[in-house]
Amino acid sequence: MRPEEGTLISRAQAIATLLELLTDQPVVICNGFPSREVHKIADRPTHFYMVGSMGNAATIALGVALVKPNKQVVTFDGDGNVLMGMGTLATVGALRPKNFIHVVFDNEVYGTTGNQPTISNVVPLDKVAKSAGYVNVERVLDRVDLVYEFKDMLKKDGPSFLLIKVNEFVEDAGRVVHEPPVITRRFMKAIEG
Amino acid sequence: MIDSDVFVQSMQDMGVNFFTGVPDSILGGIIAELIIRGVYVPAVREDEAVGIAAGAYMAGRVPAVLMQNSGLGTCLNTLISLNLIYRQPCLLLVSWRGQDRSDAPEHRVMGEAMLQLLDTVRIPHRTLTEKTAVEDVRWVIDISTKMQIPVVLLLAKGVVRGLHP
Repeated sequence: MRPEEGTLISRAQAIATLLELLTDQPVVICNGFPSREVHKIADRPTHFYMVGSMGNAATIALGVALVKPNKQVVTFDGDGNVLMGMGTLATVGALRPKNFIHVVFDNEVYGTTGNQPTISNVVPLDKVAKSAGYVNVERVLDRVDLVYEFKDMLKKDGPSFLLIKVNEFVEDAGRVVHEPPVITRRFMKAIEG
Repeated sequence: MIDSDVFVQSMQDMGVNFFTGVPDSILGGIIAELIIRGVYVPAVREDEAVGIAAGAYMAGRVPAVLMQNSGLGTCLNTLISLNLIYRQPCLLLVSWRGQDRSDAPEHRVMGEAMLQLLDTVRIPHRTLTEKTAVEDVRWVIDISTKMQIPVVLLLAKGVVRGLHP
C-alpha cells in the first residue's frame, strides 16, 4: 500500500529540477541508477559518480564538507543507500557541518537490482534524520515543493536533509562513461580552491 | 615503547593531515592524542571512516583511518570498490588483535587471516616496529601516494603506548 503514489514525480525529473538550481557545488551521487541518470541529464566535473560502496555516498560528501567549510556540498542518495549506512545520519547529526545538504530520492525499492522493496515505506527516513540532529529536514512530494525547499536549503546553514518521494520510473540511462580514476581526478580538480 | 604524541607528531610531520576512525584499545593512546590536538573525526563504522577519508582526500588532504582489524572486514568492500577502483590513497592504521592465541576469541580468525586477506585484495601492508618506526610510516605514505591506493600499517600491542600501559 503506497498512499502517496500517484502524486509523485520520477527521480529523473527531481534530478533535472535540482541540477537547474545547482551551479558549481560538489555533488556526490550514490551508486546504481541515480549516478547513471545524473550523468545522462547533466555531466559536470563537480559530480562524483559512485559505482560501488553502497551506503557510503554521504560519507564521501561529509569528508569533502569537513575539509571545505566554505563550499556547500550536496549528496544525492537513495533510500536503500541511507538504510545501509544509517549510522552516517548520526555522524552528520553529531558533527553538524553547516555546508552539508543530503538529498534522498525515496522510491521505497532497490531499483537497480529489480525493485525489491526496501523498508522506507514504514521507516520515515526524514524523521530519523531529524532525530539524529539534522537542522533542516523536509519531505516533499511534488516539483513545486521541491524547488521551494531546495532553494531554501541552499540559503540556510545545515546540515539539511531533503527527502523526495519519487515513483519507481527509471530513465533509460547507460553506464557512466568515465573510468573511476578519471572521475576522481576530474572531481578533485573541479572542487579545488 | 613509542609515545603516542611522538608517533602522532611524526605522522603530521610527514604530511598526514586528516584523521578519522573507530577506536581500539591498542590505538587508544594515539586517538587520545589526536583528540587533544583537535584533529580527530570520530566515525561510527569503519566503512564510514574510509568514505569520509576518501572525501577528505579529494578535497586536498592526506588522510589516515584508524581501526581494529575486525573493522577491516566491515570496510573491505569500501576499500575495494571505492579506494582501489577509483585510485584513492589512504593510510590505514590497523591494530593487530588476535596476533596470538591469548587475545579474545572473536579476534582469532581475523588475527590469523589478516595478512593473507590483505595480500589477496592486493593492499600493501607493513608491521610497525619500534626500531624502524619512522621508516615504516614513511614507507606506508610513500607507497600509498605512489600507487594511489590504501596501504596498511599494522600496530601490534605494545609498540605505541596505549591508554593502559
